[in-house]
Amino acid sequence: MLSPVPAPQPLLDADGIEAAVGRLAEAIARRHPHTWPAFIGIERRGVPLARRVAALLAALDPRRGAPAVGSLDISLYRDDLAALPTVPQLRGSNIEFDVDGAQVILFDDVLYTGRTIRAALDELADFGRPARVELAVLLDRGCRELPIQADYVGLVHPTAPGDYVRVRLQETDGADAATVGQKEAAR
Amino acid sequence: MSMPRRKDLLAIAPLAREEIEQVLANAAHFKALFQRRVKKVPTLRGRHVLTLFYEPSTRTLSSFEIAASRLSADVTNFSVSTSSVVKGESILDTIETLESMQVDYIIVRHSASGVPSLIARHSKASVLNAGDGWHAHPTQALLDAFTLREIWPDLAGRRIVIVGDLLHSRVARSTSTILHRLGADVAVLGPGTLIPDTRWDWLRKFRTFDEVMQWRPDVVYLLRIQNERLGADPFFPSLGEYHRHFGVTDERFARIAAEGVYIMHPGPVNRGVELVDAVMSYDRCLINQQVENGIATRMACLHWLQPGAPPA
Repeated sequence: MLSPVPAPQPLLDADGIEAAVGRLAEAIARRHPHTWPAFIGIERRGVPLARRVAALLAALDPRRGAPAVGSLDISLYRDDLAALPTVPQLRGSNIEFDVDGAQVILFDDVLYTGRTIRAALDELADFGRPARVELAVLLDRGCRELPIQADYVGLVHPTAPGDYVRVRLQETDGADAATVGQKEAAR
Repeated sequence: MSMPRRKDLLAIAPLAREEIEQVLANAAHFKALFQRRVKKVPTLRGRHVLTLFYEPSTRTLSSFEIAASRLSADVTNFSVSTSSVVKGESILDTIETLESMQVDYIIVRHSASGVPSLIARHSKASVLNAGDGWHAHPTQALLDAFTLREIWPDLAGRRIVIVGDLLHSRVARSTSTILHRLGADVAVLGPGTLIPDTRWDWLRKFRTFDEVMQWRPDVVYLLRIQNERLGADPFFPSLGEYHRHFGVTDERFARIAAEGVYIMHPGPVNRGVELVDAVMSYDRCLINQQVENGIATRMACLHWLQPGAPPA
């Protein structure tokens, strides 16, 4: 007999996400008082996250304008293609600024095993040699499998490896919310 | 939701529209990689691609090799002497050898229809048909569709006429199938001896180039006259005669250019037979785009297939 899976519990509502995005913007502004680093969002939800933080920073300091925002689709740099049951629909990477010598902040919605960030760093290296790369995530859920940490975190919420953490953003999913539940496969 | 991945790519006919759309959409992203400083991605690192060409080929073979190496796969050419081909038995022996080599992808070209599917049934590796006999050339069809989609995102109602030796052409078979599937209006023109009359009823048949031009096609797709397949059989009197009736002559080229009709050809071109020299520098001649798009499309195919998946 399978025990029933508890429904996903809300972790952040729309206000909670807004506050977490605000914390990221403030922390980035504090550490970069002079020039904005370039932002690179990891597809999919890292991209709207990077744009939101960029918009907040532009409002905070209109003289400096908004940071440049690019996107990175790490699908081709993943190490698990052979195991995927369906072919990933590619989105493509779009970085219009020069990465060589740049200060870069990578953005992603959830930091989990660290493998996505590893892949993003590999792909970024193929675009050029940044002077420095930092990492900003909306949610750090723990369970790292690689020695990777975020420089800016909207919310820390430790979870178990079997849990299923889902962030939804207006731009990609029609609403802002984060939930945590038990993964079906983990029953 | 996406369709489960296939093990093999053997022909266009069994593919669902959704699978075709996925491969074409991804091919555009692979093509975008060619503009980057590093054109290579680590997607198939540690995977092994084996090319098994029983028929001579330069373009398709190089295209697959480049595609595989831009995905970071290792590539080995399994040289097959053309003399030891034909017998089914020797192919089965070859398959056993290949299985022992434990490669992940096998790219096969053979003069006999069905050899790629035979290998696919006996191998855990993903098999990509790079042309088998008169049967199919699915990656050519995908790259042709991709090339036309770059011009018209929706092919519905676009008129494409395929000119030449339809009978022996696996390109014609696969390309006409995919274009029809994507909504295009497909016609053929060629010597009566080389137009099979039992081909699908959706295929419009023309007898003269004049009829074709009156139809106002968007694309004239020229097939290569494959002397190696025609043998000694007199399908048409001479290459000169073929050119006069079915080739893009200077006169026809003037009309094609005036009407802005696109030209395609799978290569290699027989100048003076399928087309005159001037066509090669025509700005709506898509032959070079076909070559570039061939690499991107084949990358998308290698990325799509899943070695070890259950065979279809």
